[in-house]
Amino acid sequence: MSVLPDTSIARNDSTSSIGIRTILLRWSRPLALLVLVLLPLAASDFVTFQLTMLLVYAVALIALNVLTGFTGQFSLGQNAFFGIGGYSAVIVVEHFHLSYLLGIPVAGVIAAIAGILFAFPALRLKGVYLALATFALGTTIPQLLKLDYIEQWTGGVQGMMIEKPMTPLGLPLSQDAYLYYLTLTIALGIYILSVNLLHSKTGRAMLAIRENETAAAAMGVDVAYYKTIAFGLSAAFTGVSGALGAIVIQFVSPDAYTIQLAVAIFLGIVIGGVGWLPGTIVGAAFIVFVPNVAESISKGLSGAVFGVLILLVIFVFPRGAQQVCDRLLGVEHKKD
Amino acid sequence: MELFSNQVLAGLATGAIYACMSLSIVMIYQAIDHLNFAQGEMAMASAFIAWQLIQWGLPYWVAFGLTIGLSFGAGFAIERSLFRPLADAPVLTHVAGFIALFAIVNSGAGMIWGFTIKEFPSPFGNGQFLGSELLSAHQAGMIGATALLLLSLYVFFEFTRVGLAMRAAVSNPESARLVGVNVSWMIGLGWALAAGIGAVAGMFIAPLVFLEPNMMGGILVYGFAGAVLGGLSSPLGAVLGGFMIGVFENLIGTYVPGAGNQLKLPIALFLIIAILRLRPQGLLGRAFVERV
Amino acid sequence: MTALLEVNDLRAQYGAVRVLHGMSFALNEGDVTALLGSNGAGKTTTLRAICNSVSHTGDMVFDGIALRGKSTEAIVKLGIAHVPQGRGTFTKLTVEENLQLGAMVRRNRPDIVSDMDRMYGYFPKLKERRTQQAGTLSGGEQQMLAVARALMLRPRLMLLDEPSFGLAPLIVQSLFDILRKINVEERVTVLVVEQNANLALQISSRAYVVETGCIVLSGNASEIASNEAIRKSYLGC
Repeated sequence: MSVLPDTSIARNDSTSSIGIRTILLRWSRPLALLVLVLLPLAASDFVTFQLTMLLVYAVALIALNVLTGFTGQFSLGQNAFFGIGGYSAVIVVEHFHLSYLLGIPVAGVIAAIAGILFAFPALRLKGVYLALATFALGTTIPQLLKLDYIEQWTGGVQGMMIEKPMTPLGLPLSQDAYLYYLTLTIALGIYILSVNLLHSKTGRAMLAIRENETAAAAMGVDVAYYKTIAFGLSAAFTGVSGALGAIVIQFVSPDAYTIQLAVAIFLGIVIGGVGWLPGTIVGAAFIVFVPNVAESISKGLSGAVFGVLILLVIFVFPRGAQQVCDRLLGVEHKKD
Repeated sequence: MELFSNQVLAGLATGAIYACMSLSIVMIYQAIDHLNFAQGEMAMASAFIAWQLIQWGLPYWVAFGLTIGLSFGAGFAIERSLFRPLADAPVLTHVAGFIALFAIVNSGAGMIWGFTIKEFPSPFGNGQFLGSELLSAHQAGMIGATALLLLSLYVFFEFTRVGLAMRAAVSNPESARLVGVNVSWMIGLGWALAAGIGAVAGMFIAPLVFLEPNMMGGILVYGFAGAVLGGLSSPLGAVLGGFMIGVFENLIGTYVPGAGNQLKLPIALFLIIAILRLRPQGLLGRAFVERV
Repeated sequence: MTALLEVNDLRAQYGAVRVLHGMSFALNEGDVTALLGSNGAGKTTTLRAICNSVSHTGDMVFDGIALRGKSTEAIVKLGIAHVPQGRGTFTKLTVEENLQLGAMVRRNRPDIVSDMDRMYGYFPKLKERRTQQAGTLSGGEQQMLAVARALMLRPRLMLLDEPSFGLAPLIVQSLFDILRKINVEERVTVLVVEQNANLALQISSRAYVVETGCIVLSGNASEIASNEAIRKSYLGC
C-alpha cells in the first residue's frame, strides 16, 4: 500500500489540441501571479489582511507538502513549528529590538533546528508512529509555550504583542498592503525553491522514499538523511510562515497554536491535493475563509463544516483541488 | 516513604483513566491497523449521550448499558458508512478521515450540548474509598472496572471463535477470507468494540474532569502514550502502560521541583518518542518476525 | 467417474489486462489434478477465480452447486480449501491458532481436536512448534502449516498453489510424499498448480497445460510425463 493518493501524472501537453485549454495551461501561472499582485489595489485593508493570511497559510502548506507530498511522511504537529516561528520572530523584535526582517529568517532557522532535533529520534518511526509522535508534539506545544521557566521570554499564558511594521522607503503603500507584498515575495521565493527542490537530486531521492522506502534504501538512498532534510526544511518553511503570521496578526499566544492549527494545515494539503504545489492556494483559501463562513452560520460549527468538507473531498476528489483542476482542463492521469 | 506510596496510589487512580483510553485505542488498532485519532472524541460523545439519558430520567446503570449499546452500534455504522469505502485507500486518506471524524464529533457535541461544563454522576458515589484520603470511591471503582473489562477482552480474544477470527482478519485478511472468515464484518466488529470500550472510558472519565466537548484533548495523548508504552498489539500492555503513565506523571509532579501540572503533557510527549525509539513494540507487544 | 468441479469458459482480468481467455476443465472426485504451465500463464488466477478472490465470468459447478455469485467465505463453507501462493500464514498467531482457523467454519469441537492431532501426525514439526508464532517458522514448515490449515476444513477439494515455491529440493520431495499420502488417506480431491512439472506429474493422475490463459493440452499425467515433445515444448523439462 502506498502512503499517498496516486499522484503519478502523465501531463501530455503535446497531444492536447491548441485551444483554450492549452492557453490556460501555459498562462495559468503568470495569470495567477498577476491576480495576486493586483488584488490588494482593489481591496480594503481588512480584505488585504485576509489575503495576507491566505499567503501565510499557503507557505505553511507548501512546507507540509515538502514533507508529506514529496517524502510521504506525516506531520500532525505543524502547529509546533508555526508557533516556534511566530514566537522567535516576536522575541527577536520585542526583546532584542532588531528588525522583523531579521526576525523572519531567524524564525526559520530556529524552527529548522527544532524540527531536526525532533526528527532525529522520530523519523526512524514508520508512518503511523510518526503521525502519532507529531500529534503528541502538536498537542503539547501550547503547554510548552506556557511554561513558567520561559515566561519572561514568552509572556506565559498572556502571549505577546508586536507592532505592525511601517512601510519602508516611503513606498506609497498602506501598512497592510506592504505586509501583503512582503508576504507575497517570501511566499513566491519559497514556492520557487520548493519546485526546484522537487526537480533536484534531493527531490528525486525524496520521491523515491515516498514511493517505496525499502526499495529506495536498496538503491542507495540514505533514507534517514533525506527524511531529516525534508523534516528540517518543512519546519523551516513553517517557521517562516509562523513568523509572517505573527507579524501580520501582531500577536502571539499559546492558544493560537493548538492542535487545531495543525489539523487545519493538514486538511489544507488534502484539499489542495497532496504534493501539488499550486493547490496550496486553494487549501489556504479554505483555511482562511471556511471557518468564517461556518461561524457565521452557527457558533462552533466550523469544526463540523471542516470535517464534512474533508470527507467530501476524500470521497469525491481523493486528489483534492488537483483533481478538480485536471478534470476541468482535461489532463489525463496515468493509471497504474 | 509514605509520601511515595501515597503518590503511587494517586497515580494509579489517574492511570485508570489513561488505561481505559489506551485499551480502546489498542482495540481499534488491532481491528484496522490504524490509530484512530477520533477515539477520544467518540468517548466524549458517548459520555454526552449517557448524560442526556440520565437527564431524561433513566437510572444510571440503564443509561450506562444503553450508551454502550448505542456506541457499539455507532462504531459499527461509522465503519460501514465512512471507513469501509476507504479500505484500500492510502494511509494519508485514512488519517484525513479520522481527523474529519474528530472535527465533526467535537463540534457536533458542542452544537448539541454546548461548551459549558457539566457534572457527570459516578455510579460509585462521591465518598472516599474505604476511608482512604487519596483514592475516591469512583477511582477505585474505575480501576476495578478496567480490570474487569480487560479480563473479558482477554477471554474474548483468546478463547472464542469470533475473537480468533478477528485476530486472523487483522493478521492476514486475504488468508482469513480463505478459511471462511468474513473479514469486513470483523473490521466492523472491531470498530464497534472499540467504540463500546471508549464509551465505558468516557463515562468513567467524565465524573473526574467534568463533561465538555474538549474534555478528552490531553487524555487522548496520554492514552496514546500508554498504548505505545504497553505495546499497540497488547490489550494487557495498554492497560499496564496507562497505569504506569499515571504513576509516572504523579511521581514527577511530586519529586521534580516546579514540574507540577505544566510538565504533564511534555512528559507524555517525551515518553512517546523515547519508547517508540527504544522499544517500538512496547513493553508487552510482540516483536514479530516476518519472512518476506 | 463423476466430476467434483466443472469449470466452463472461465475468463478473468485484472483491470484492463485479460489473464484467462475461456478455460474449461473438470476435476474427478478423489484425483490429484495438476495445472501446469510457465510463469504468468494464468494458473494462480484460475485458483483465485474458483475461490472468487478475483473478478471473473464463466460457470463453475462444484458438486452440483453453482459457484457463481458466491462470496469467498461461502465457497469455503462448501468445502473448498485454498492454499495460496506464499502460504498465507497468519504470522502473528501461533501455529495452533493457525490450525484452529482452518476449522473456522466447522462447529464440532471434538472432531476439530482430533483432526488437529491427525495433522500433528502428518507434520510432527508443527507439534513441536505449536505455541510458536507462525511467522518464525521456516519456509518449509510454513508450507506444511498451510497444507495442514487447509485440511482442517475437512475439504472435499484442496487448491494448492505452488507448494514447492522457494523450498529446498529435499523438503519439496518430502512435502510431495506427504501430499500423496494425504490425498489417499483424507480422500480429498486436489488441484495443484506447479511450475515444477516433473514434481506435480509424479503425484497427479490428470494434468492440464495452460498457456496465456488457455488450456492447450490435457491428458493423463503418465502420458504427459512420458511424451518428450510435450515436455520440451510446454513444460521446459
